[in-house]
Amino acid sequence: MSEKRTLIAVLGDEDTTTGLLLAGIGQNDASTGAKNFFVYHEDKTTKEQLEAKFREFTQERKDIAIVLVNQFVADIIRATVDAYVEPFPAILEIPSKDHPYDPEKDSVLKRVRKLFGE
Amino acid sequence: MSATREQVFPTRMTLGLMKTKLKGAEQGHTLLKRKSEALTKRFRDITKRIDDAKQKMGRVMQTAAFSLAEVTYATGDNIGYQVQESVSTARFKIRARQENVSGVILPQFESYIDPEINDFKLTGLGRGGQQVQRAKEIYSKAVETLVELASLQTAFIILDEVIKVTNRRVNAIEHVIIPRTKNTIAYINSELDELDREEFYRLKKVQEKKQQEVAKLDAEMQAQKLKEAEEEAKYGESTKSIAEKLEAASLEEGAEEKKDGEEKSELVAETEDDVIF
Repeated sequence: MSEKRTLIAVLGDEDTTTGLLLAGIGQNDASTGAKNFFVYHEDKTTKEQLEAKFREFTQERKDIAIVLVNQFVADIIRATVDAYVEPFPAILEIPSKDHPYDPEKDSVLKRVRKLFGE
Repeated sequence: MSATREQVFPTRMTLGLMKTKLKGAEQGHTLLKRKSEALTKRFRDITKRIDDAKQKMGRVMQTAAFSLAEVTYATGDNIGYQVQESVSTARFKIRARQENVSGVILPQFESYIDPEINDFKLTGLGRGGQQVQRAKEIYSKAVETLVELASLQTAFIILDEVIKVTNRRVNAIEHVIIPRTKNTIAYINSELDELDREEFYRLKKVQEKKQQEVAKLDAEMQAQKLKEAEEEAKYGESTKSIAEKLEAASLEEGAEEKKDGEEKSELVAETEDDVIF
């Protein structure tokens, strides 16, 4: 089930995406033009676009193992992210430069807290 | 809920079946409970590690963002655009290993870097090449942390699901199947006892009836015998008495006759002369 999933996808702001691309996670399929990263521009990117990308990374593409999402981006499409419970690909909420990480909002950590009754 | 039982025909065979079922259910219950405990132990371990990893991720990403800020400062504003455009093939890839925890397959992501691919040969060529190199290294480390966290998180989600299922099964066996089977066994037992009692009573009744009949027959026979004996005795007595009577009567008669004879003779004698033959 996870044999073909080798890529990490990014859904985040410019700085985060750039940094992760520098680490070498980016893949740009020349034939289809499908990228495994998506840059969120404040005021420019709509919620619908984000949701469509999120769906593309989580459901349509079968080569992605981990989707990294900036937490503030995940907040915009919180309902979609929270509704996503599949193990593959794994969704990971990461902090961004401008938005400090808040463990209370993380969909997985919320479940951890709920399980331990905190 | 515990009052329910299975719809079975109360026979000894079903009783045996139910007992086997109960045994199986109890065995399954203990096994599943142990599995659930093992998984929960693992689960707690993982949640703790997730918590730690998330904290670590915060620090790592902060350092990484700082190094990127250095890059931006050194190279100018368009580094992001440059980087995005020069991407072609992923250097940093993921391999999934599988780990088995009491029958549950947990994926373990492993990151590996293909050293032959370098999309950013020209990035930072003009200025800030050192910073770019540093940022690359730091971000690679950061992504490693993220991958580790992602595998923990995936394991967390899978384990969560499996534990829920296992606990549901444990509870179903404990609170539904075992009581129901026990109820069924109790029902079959009571029903069989009832049958036994009925059978016993029936046998007793039959015996009683037989005894009564025998007693009646005996009594009848006794009565008949007695009657016969009595009759016999009566008959004998009566014949005797008749004979006696007869004898007595004959004796008396004899005597009378004798008397008569005497008298007669006397008479004859008396009236001998007178008698004309």
